[in-house]
Amino acid sequence: MTFHPEIFLQQIINGLVLGSIYALVALGYTMVYGILGLINFAHGEVVMIGALTALSVILALHGAAPDLPAALFILAGTLVAIPVTMALGYTIERVAYRPLRNAPRLAPLITAIGVSIVLQNVALLVWGRSYRSWPPILPTTPHTILGANITDLQIFIVLAAAAIMAGLMLLVNKTKLGRAMRATAENPAVAGLMGVNVNVIISVTFVIGAALGAIAGVMVSANYQIAHYYMGFILGLKAFTAAVLGGIGNLAGAMLGGLLLGLIESLGAGYIGDLTGGFLGSHYQDVFAFFVLIVVLIFRPSGLVGERVAERA
Amino acid sequence: MSRLALLEARDVAKRFGGLQALADISLTISHGEIYGLIGPNGAGKTTFFNCLTGLYQVDEGRFLFDGAPLNVKAPYEVAARGIARTFQNIRLFANMTALENVMVGRHVRTRAGVFGAVLRTPGTLAEERAIHDRARELLRYVGLERRSDTLARNLPYGDQRRLEIARALATEPKLLALDEPAAGMNATETASLKALMERIRADGVTILLIEHDVKLVMNLCDRVAVLDYGRKIAEGPPAEVQKNAAVIEAYLGGSLA
Repeated sequence: MTFHPEIFLQQIINGLVLGSIYALVALGYTMVYGILGLINFAHGEVVMIGALTALSVILALHGAAPDLPAALFILAGTLVAIPVTMALGYTIERVAYRPLRNAPRLAPLITAIGVSIVLQNVALLVWGRSYRSWPPILPTTPHTILGANITDLQIFIVLAAAAIMAGLMLLVNKTKLGRAMRATAENPAVAGLMGVNVNVIISVTFVIGAALGAIAGVMVSANYQIAHYYMGFILGLKAFTAAVLGGIGNLAGAMLGGLLLGLIESLGAGYIGDLTGGFLGSHYQDVFAFFVLIVVLIFRPSGLVGERVAERA
Repeated sequence: MSRLALLEARDVAKRFGGLQALADISLTISHGEIYGLIGPNGAGKTTFFNCLTGLYQVDEGRFLFDGAPLNVKAPYEVAARGIARTFQNIRLFANMTALENVMVGRHVRTRAGVFGAVLRTPGTLAEERAIHDRARELLRYVGLERRSDTLARNLPYGDQRRLEIARALATEPKLLALDEPAAGMNATETASLKALMERIRADGVTILLIEHDVKLVMNLCDRVAVLDYGRKIAEGPPAEVQKNAAVIEAYLGGSLA
């Protein structure tokens, strides 16, 4: 077997694209965990609903005016999907989690799985069970660098994700809202006594996570050119894995974990055939994420960056 | 009473299961006073603080604050009404800098909302600068101006206590409730803490103080109340309370009284 640098580079590119998307979704998990200590397993479904909402808008717009530029389609779809998922994220917290704020930890966790099943079935009713394809709006001729291909969409995904994450870090580290979020994450009771309205901060956290999820949903469905009611499940699990890999509760960790997981998956899928002499093929791609999850949970459950351990009131 | 009451507790009671943590506590704190709350361990002092600041709901009785009943549904409303506190076991935001800790305290006195934070309007930016400047001022006030960028968890113990006071002051309280601020401090640190508390009072903030350091309480407080097993057994100027037979018995045990 010979080493082809252009294939290696191609897997790196694919991994970065995938990793950027995982990172955006992982941020939704990690922000909620940081503040509530809750794994919001319904987050993958929020991403799915964002993707399907955006695709519906794009399909409708494409039916009416097929010659608009691709960027406009994506922008219109995203701008509708974001408020839809924000409202959804707010409602999930308000209806499903807030009444269980002081319940044993298992109760909200099971509720999260329940919410996830409900949302899948709602999507099934609204969008049907078949895969929905994107209209042919995206330019398909790739740029070639050093023998590897990269499309405009892939460049856009990586740059947009990087910009959004930079913006989020700025928000969390440099604004009054961000300080209130960090204070609430460290100690909700004390943050409350210092005048922070903790319930508002929790709602805002869900809403921001959902907005990031909508954007990630549009990206992932554009990347694969399809969307369907079940897409949130595996994507959600992988993003959760990314969050755990980075150190759940830690924003930088979620970004790092997402990128790493994307790279591991992409390189793994690219080389697993060679490494096993053709015994296992690239359709074993999903195995890597869960292998990583198991290894991290066994050897470094606090993740790469490691969660701070704050004393709770 | 010569001065106007700031805080009035009326027959406040709190039970935990079969334990009567507070029983019929009534006391009145006047504007501008330094009022001490003392008593043996487990007497109910911190429970009183927790009831006052809404961490616990009282079973009976009520608080009147600044002329109106104190009916809070969420802790942030306590801060909004003008009560701020520190904690017996320090509870800073450990992974935020000293400056950021104080800036969080400004939250309740500033107006910019979620959209301002996201959109960075000129009004928000101006307010952010004001929050920053005020927080620096407060760090200087408690003597921590050189520590502003240090993470709270990396500060020495005495500085952490001062930082908690600065953070509480950032909420612009009318009543500052301090839970054993001198615990673990040496004589020099305690002396400078005493000076700080006197300065805070001189600047118009009423202080409610839980403290075990008897000398500090006697030198600093205008009046003290003594709790024992959840009941108020004495109240008055420190010199009088010190001679009270019930107090001596509570502290030293029946055999010596």
